[in-house]
Parts: sequence; C-alpha cells; structure tokens
Amino acid sequence: MSHPAPTQAAETQPPAKRPLGGWMGYLLLAPAALWLTLFFIVPMASMVSTSLYDPTGSLESGYAMTGHVQNYLTVLADYSEQFLRSLMYAGAATIACIILGYPLAYAIAFKAGRWKNLMLVAVIAPFFTSFLIRTLSWQLILGDQAWVADTLRSLQILGENGRLLDTPVAVVTGLTYNFLPFMVLPLYTSLEKIDPRLHEAGADLYASPFTTFRKVTLPLSAPGLVAGTLLTFIPAAGDYINVELLGNPQTQMIGNVIQNLFDGGSYPEAAALSVTLMAVIVVLVLLYIRKAGTEELV
Amino acid sequence: MTDTSPRTTGPGAGEAVGAASGNAVAGGADLVLTGVTKRFTDFVAVDNLDLTVPQGSFFALLGPSGCGKTTTLRMVAGLETPTEGEIRLAGQDITHLKPYRRPVNTVFQSYALFPHLTIFENVAFGLRRQGKPDVDAAVAAMLDLVELSDLASRRPAQLSGGQQQRVALARALINRPQVLLLDEPLGALDLKLRRQMQIELKRIQTDVGITFVHVTHDQEEAMTMADTVAVMNRGVIEQMGAPMDLYEHPMTTFVANFLGQSNLIGGRVLGSDGADLEVEVHGTRLRVPRSRGAQDTGEVWVGIRPEKVQVCAPGSADDGPRSRLAGGVITDASFIGVSTQYLARMPWGQELMAFEQNTGAHEQFRVGDHVELRWVPEHTFLLDADQDANAGVERVDEG
Ligand SMILES: Nc1ncnc2c1ncn2[C@@H]1O[C@H](COP(=O)(O)OP(=O)(O)OP(=O)(O)O)[C@@H](O)[C@H]1O
Ligand SMILES: [Mg+2]
Repeated sequence: MSHPAPTQAAETQPPAKRPLGGWMGYLLLAPAALWLTLFFIVPMASMVSTSLYDPTGSLESGYAMTGHVQNYLTVLADYSEQFLRSLMYAGAATIACIILGYPLAYAIAFKAGRWKNLMLVAVIAPFFTSFLIRTLSWQLILGDQAWVADTLRSLQILGENGRLLDTPVAVVTGLTYNFLPFMVLPLYTSLEKIDPRLHEAGADLYASPFTTFRKVTLPLSAPGLVAGTLLTFIPAAGDYINVELLGNPQTQMIGNVIQNLFDGGSYPEAAALSVTLMAVIVVLVLLYIRKAGTEELV
Repeated sequence: MTDTSPRTTGPGAGEAVGAASGNAVAGGADLVLTGVTKRFTDFVAVDNLDLTVPQGSFFALLGPSGCGKTTTLRMVAGLETPTEGEIRLAGQDITHLKPYRRPVNTVFQSYALFPHLTIFENVAFGLRRQGKPDVDAAVAAMLDLVELSDLASRRPAQLSGGQQQRVALARALINRPQVLLLDEPLGALDLKLRRQMQIELKRIQTDVGITFVHVTHDQEEAMTMADTVAVMNRGVIEQMGAPMDLYEHPMTTFVANFLGQSNLIGGRVLGSDGADLEVEVHGTRLRVPRSRGAQDTGEVWVGIRPEKVQVCAPGSADDGPRSRLAGGVITDASFIGVSTQYLARMPWGQELMAFEQNTGAHEQFRVGDHVELRWVPEHTFLLDADQDANAGVERVDEG
C-alpha cells in the first residue's frame, strides 16, 4: 500500500539489535493473542461450524452437525440479489465518499491554513452523536414533506409523487454520510505528508496544476485512498441500519437478510451467508490491494 | 561526486544531452530584472532590485541569511509574483507568466525530488511533460553526465545527500532551460563533497553553456564558481562584479567585510596631490591612489585587507614605497600552518588584523612585541564613513 522506498532503505541497514529477549516479545503479544483467540478465532470457528448444521433444527430442538454444505448453495440461490445489491450500494457509497472526501481532505491539508484543526474537528464531530440517531435524522431530511424533496419536485427532478425516503438513493446517501469520515481521515493523513515544494517542483518542470495533481499528488496520496476505500467499503457492504431506517423491503442489503434470518432462528443460513460475505470481501480486498499496489492507482 | 576516478564523461556527454532534448538556447537571452520589489504584508523582502544576468554566464547571488535571495529566485521561476517591477528573459516580459510556461528550471534548496518516482523518472519528468521525443536516450545521457547511471532505478530515499543533489541538478538541467536557478544546492553537503560539487557544477555549466543563477551565502563558493557575483543585503544589491573586482574594490563596508575580511580605520581626506589622495589616520598621513577611493573628500573609512598587511619590526628597511602605521603591539598570534594571523593593538585602541604567509622570509612575532604595520599604498581603499564599519562582519558561514 505504501511506497516501497522507505522500507527497502530500512532493509539495507544492518538488523537492529533486538532489545527484548524472545520470551519478553511473546509476553507482550500475549494479551492481543488472547483477545484475538477469544473474540475472533473462536467465534469464527463457531460461525463456520454453525453454517454447516442441519437447517431443519431450531433453537428449541437444537441443531445437528451434519456438514450440510448445501446451506451455502441455498443462501446463494435465495439471496444473490441482495448480495449484488450490497456490493453495488457499498461501491456507490465508496465512490461518493471519494468524490466528496478527496477535495475536502485536499482542502484541509493544503488550503485550510489556520482553520485546519477546526475543520478536522468538524469531520470527527458527528461521532459525538450515536450512529443510530444520526441516521434517523436523515429520515427527517429526506422525508416526503421536507424541503429537499419539495425543491426537487418543484424543479421537476423528482416526479409529482416522487419520494426520496425509502429509495436506493436514500440508502446510498445514508451510507455515504455515515462512512465519509473514514474516507477523509486517511486521505488527509497521506495528503498532509506531501511536501508542498513537490507541487512547486511540478510547476517548475512544465506540469500544469492538473498534471501536477495527476502525476504527483494523486500517486502520493494513494496509500490514503486505498485505506479510505477499504474502511468505507467493508463496513458499508455489511451495513443494515441504513436500509432499515432509510430504505424499503426492495432495497434490502445482505446485512438485513442476515439479521432477518437470525431473528427467525435460521442460524445455519445466517452463518452461511455471513461466511460468504466475509469471503467475498476478503477476495475483493485482496484483488484491490494487488491492483493498487502494482499500479499505484494511476 | 563520491569518487575521484578519472572521468568517463566530458563535453561529449553534455552535447549528447543537448542534441537529444533539442532545445537550443537562443541568442541574446539575458535575464533582466527591473525595479523588482517583493513585499510580504509589511515586510519588504526584495527592494527595488535591478539586475542583468548575461546569457551563458555563471552568476552568483551572495548574501547573508534572510536577505532575499530565495525570494528573488522564486520570482524568476514564477513561484512568487513581484509586488512591483518587471522581469524579462530574452526580451520577453515573463513577470506574470505561469511557472510551467517559463523556460526556467530550479534546483531547489531542499531538492524536492518526487519520492514515488525512480531516479530515471524524476529526471525524465520535465521532458515527458513537454512531450519531447527520445526521452529515454536523453535521460540516459544526462544520468551519465552526473554519474548516476547505476542508480537509475532507485528511489530518492535510497540515495545519499550528494547523489540526491545531482539528481536534482540533472532533473532541472535536462530541460535545457534558458536559465537554471540553483538555490543553495550545496548547502546540505559536507565540506569535502561541497568542494567537489563546486568544481563539477562549474564544469557542467561550461559544458552546456546555460545561464546559471546560483544562490549561496558562502562567499568562497561564490568567488570560485561565478563569473559575476552580486552581493545582496537586506533586499538590495550592494555591489556586483567579477569576483576579483569585488574583492579588490569593495564599494561598501558590507562588501568589504562580507567578502573576505577587512581592516577599516577611521580617517579624513586632507587633500589631493596629483593622482593620490592624502589621508590622515589617527595622526599618520597616508597616500591612497585616487582610483581606490569610493569617496574622495571628508570623513572616510580607510580599508586594507589583512593579507596585504606586513608586520615589521619598528624601523626595519622597506623594499619599496609603503604606507605605514607605527606603534602597534601584538595581542594575538595564531599559527595556522600556511599563515600566521596577527592581531595588533594600535595606539588609538583598535585591533588590526594581519595575515602573514609562512614563507620563512618574515620574522615571527610574539604577543607583546612592538611592531609597525606596512602595506603597498595601491592596496588601500576608501569607503564612505557614514556606513557601519561592522556591516557584514557577523556572517553566517558554515563553509
Ligand atoms: N511567504 C513569506 N511570507 C512572509 N515573509 C517571507 C516569506 N518568504 C520569505 N519571507 C521573508 O523574506 C525574507 C527573505 O527571505 P528569503 O527566503 O528570500 O531569504 P534568503 O536570502 O533565501 O535566506 P537563506 O539564506 O536563509 O535561504 C526573510 O526575512 C523571510 O522571513
Ligand atoms: Mg534561501
């Protein structure tokens, strides 16, 4: 993700003497290892095994472990639509976050001057309110009687009885809003590290401001862009709150399906769907990082 | 350069680079600054500057920290807009031209290499932006010229300071600009490497024949490299000329002290006698050729460079006409190998410097010895006494 130069330079230096003995290192790692084992590996194993239970069981009668791989085929056949929708909504929200977040991060890093810290606080400020409340307030903003919808209707952009609430647009808007800081912060961090003299060097070497951006700023901000994309896309793909509050049954994402199955006691299917979602995301992320790493996003 | 092995590249490499990038320097491409002023809110960084840099010359802008050197360069590069005045290059007004449209390139004080690009791509950057053909061949020739061919695929972070400096130079030079601006490019190097690079830069400039405007606060660097040196102080140019002219004929106390060292003694012009002025210095009469005076009446500073001063035992014989000041007492004698540096306290309390070459022909003196200071009258210079005798003394010079 980051540029190889510094790491390679570090590698050419003689290995630093290890200040800690072997056992000391393990001791320091122990709490984290314990935490991961208890709260990640064990639940993971439990989820994978649940996904292979016989689906005819129930919470009351108990489940039989039958290695029922068909669970996966069933959920894929039944819910592929929601699956694709999740990836599309998350993708759209990620792109919207880049379009909104990049100029914002750029402005904070290079143009804000003494307003820099204030703007950063403004980016983080929404976190002081709960995720749920912030999403609920979008119900008001996008509501049928609210001025946004009114204006769009009077401008003929929205039909006579057109709505914003309970539409895919509302869901993607909510996702974009909720995950924007996760795009802006890593982008800001990598933009802020760029020496402004590199922009001057670009200008001095016959590059117009746009070319300088394309050839210097953008590649140097690639690590932030990759991190921001992952931090936005992954949670957005698994989100269900935004659909719950801003969407309708036709805009259901995979998170909603999992939740419904879970509520309905269909544990094996819910688990199979969760494992599949995770696998798909891991594969997408690996592909993405590979591409970003080799081509540096230009 | 980090090695001292015989050079494999010479003028040929320079020509190859020029031919490949194919941007011949046009004739009469003087750089002319007229009445250029740069004000930052209230602070005047550059004050009504007039400057002509002849095409093909190696021009040094010398001055203490904060005197406005970088600001001047940035205005020529287009990275800063003058508050007033005009900048012309080859007759064309470029005062408000965008930096990427100027045939001018800069070697930045901090190099500003692109960290995400290889050395090769760093050097190729300018040519690619201009859409020049045969970029690869031109870059290869340029890397050869600065002896970095082996490192072409590395990133800037994997290079030493001296190597990065050469990349910065190559990256600017490959574009064959009409003017190359160098902002203290050697500032970050240690003394030995710096001396090598000075010779190298001078050689490259002679090879390629591009106008170099070299900013430095190291007077030795300016004098060894440049055809013309402009001494800058507080946003104005104090004096400009060939290094030897500046050194031998300083016109201000700042130049006299900043460029080398000077003894400045208070005196008064009594009158003239043919080609000579008669000057009284604390009761002693001296003759000074009229041509050596920046001022020829009234109160003056009588200047003499320490290395021109001979330290003699009182009453000893001379081998020609000498100006002499008697009654000195040695207060310090530092033997530094090639020379001995004396401080002599004169009857009026001032301590004068004298540097004697250790040729073995002179007597060595000790602290407390009574001496007479003598020099060839033609070496004296006169400056306007209104100026501060200590201007330019406290110079920043890590060299
Ligand atoms: N952007 C700016 N805003 C305000 N003042 C500035 C700005 N740039 C430079 N100055 C001031 O202008 C003066 C000249 O600065 P400049 O950078 O040209 O000095 P310099 O001669 O290059 O010094 P140095 O040898 O230390 O590099 C300095 O006093 C500096 O503080
Ligand atoms: Mg400077």
